[in-house]
Amino acid sequence: MYFPDWFIVHYSYMITIFLMVSSLYIIVMRSNMIKKLVGLNLFQTTIYLLYLSPSKITGGTVPIIMYDKPGAIYSNPLPQVLILTAIVVGVATLSVGLALVVRINEEFGTIEEDELFDGNV
Amino acid sequence: MIVSHLPVLQVVVPLLAALIVAVVRSGTVSWMVTFLVSSAMPFIAFALLFQLLSSGPFTYEIGGWVAPFGIEYRVDFFTCFMLIIVSFICVVAVPYARLSIASEVSPGNQPFFYSLYLLFITGLFGIIMTGDAFNAFVFMEISSLSSYGMIAMGRDRNALVAAYQYLIIGTIGASFYVIAVGLLYIMTGTLNLVDISERLRDVESMRPVLAAFVFLFVGLGVKFALFPLHLWLPNAYAYAPCFSAAILSGTATKVSGYLLVIFIFRVFGVSFEYVTAPVISVFFFLAVLGIIIASVAAVFQDNVKRVLAYSSVAQVGYMMLGIYLANLSGLTGAIVHFFNHALIKSALFLAVGSVFYRLGDVHLRNLSGIGKQMPLTMAAFVLASVSLIGLPGTAGFVSKWYLAQGALERGMWPLVILLVFSSVIAVIYMGRILEVAYFGEPSSSSVNVREAPASMLVPLWVLALSSIYFGFDTRFSVGMASKVAETLLMGSG
Repeated sequence: MYFPDWFIVHYSYMITIFLMVSSLYIIVMRSNMIKKLVGLNLFQTTIYLLYLSPSKITGGTVPIIMYDKPGAIYSNPLPQVLILTAIVVGVATLSVGLALVVRINEEFGTIEEDELFDGNV
Repeated sequence: MIVSHLPVLQVVVPLLAALIVAVVRSGTVSWMVTFLVSSAMPFIAFALLFQLLSSGPFTYEIGGWVAPFGIEYRVDFFTCFMLIIVSFICVVAVPYARLSIASEVSPGNQPFFYSLYLLFITGLFGIIMTGDAFNAFVFMEISSLSSYGMIAMGRDRNALVAAYQYLIIGTIGASFYVIAVGLLYIMTGTLNLVDISERLRDVESMRPVLAAFVFLFVGLGVKFALFPLHLWLPNAYAYAPCFSAAILSGTATKVSGYLLVIFIFRVFGVSFEYVTAPVISVFFFLAVLGIIIASVAAVFQDNVKRVLAYSSVAQVGYMMLGIYLANLSGLTGAIVHFFNHALIKSALFLAVGSVFYRLGDVHLRNLSGIGKQMPLTMAAFVLASVSLIGLPGTAGFVSKWYLAQGALERGMWPLVILLVFSSVIAVIYMGRILEVAYFGEPSSSSVNVREAPASMLVPLWVLALSSIYFGFDTRFSVGMASKVAETLLMGSG
């Protein structure tokens, strides 16, 4: 397969991988705790993409059985259900993380990890 | 009637109790509800075991939906063994919690703490029971999110930072697990563990399966605190309330290890040579390094809780050795170490918690002479330390014996030297604490310290004595573990 064709077939994975790696970069490199959480949330969102893109079938329709159209192609509903759950988990994680950052700010007066670990506070 | 619903009760009862406890205002009432629910847990676990012994492994379909379409709970020997470990630690430790938590968590937050604790064990029981890969992720997040809260409630303000770091690393780990499940779903079209393992046969040599296994191993390795992925653990254990540290060290890492073992031997078992063996050998070398480095790091810690935390990392390395060996003795050693280490480490953390309750500090320099002030607490600490080091006649020895036997069967005698070497280092780091506690002069801060109250001593002694008892009577622990190892190895052929 030539590169352009290969890219067109796999482009959703390329986007997923790019977003995944850049969100990990944000988590590792940023010292601001809120920005780290933004990276973390982006990372989780990327996983939604990983699940959802393969579930779409060309020409596929809503998975409600249509008896008048035998042989209709249905998209797989399961990944969407799973990701609905994963979104809830992601929201819960984000809110716990933000709550912790609020408490850290109250106790230490900073949310920069550099300052926290230098022992200036 | 109710008996047929036992598997789901194990998970649903603490879940509902968590909601009740969260709306109660009084710390004592919430503790009582927690205690009642926790003491029901071992009964359910043993009832499941008896059901299992009489009728063989069985499944429970959630909502009546037949697997693989619905979620099923599987009950086999491994599930029962893990259920008994977790519920035993919980029921023994909860009486301890009342005074310990009252002294470390503000009264208004105590009901929330107990609520988080119940959610935490809900998550653990869920991971153990479920036969569905994605359901396991949801339970993993339930237990992890509540453990972040349990850690953040520590009295030291650094507990917040420790919880935040654990949240970041833990969420990345859990996300890696979801990526792995996603890749497996793309390749097999199912989430049921038994179904995945059957369908992997056709695609085992394809690259996404290998990628899935690597993601899975790294993701669960974070929760298991495997050596290079353990960085969250020392801070989390050191700053968490002592009760949380005891529960986390006893149960959370073991349950992640359980899930890892299930995936390696039961799900990927058929594709052992193509997929799992190369990845596991990489982590095996890291585990060997981890045993040495974490043991040595434990020697140089000032905070006793941190010594125990680093020793936990080394002990996880032992379990990894057994998983790598993948023969009957080695795997039995790893699985029986789940049980033995849960007893030993919980006992040690409870002992440290008692000292913390009286002294308010567990830095080594402040502990001098504490053995004379708190003789019963420290005697239990000595028993558990001896078991951790692995002297013959203790539970720690039993696991090391099986690991060594497994290593010799594979002709890997250097591993035996490693086991002996790390035991010697364990003598050093535990000996340092005992030396200060027994041979140091009582300092001004510790001179007025009294023995811990009975409600803390009893749980501590139950765990400490059982960590010795299971060194003599191995019928239950090794009997179960070898049966589990046998069935796991049969699956991976």
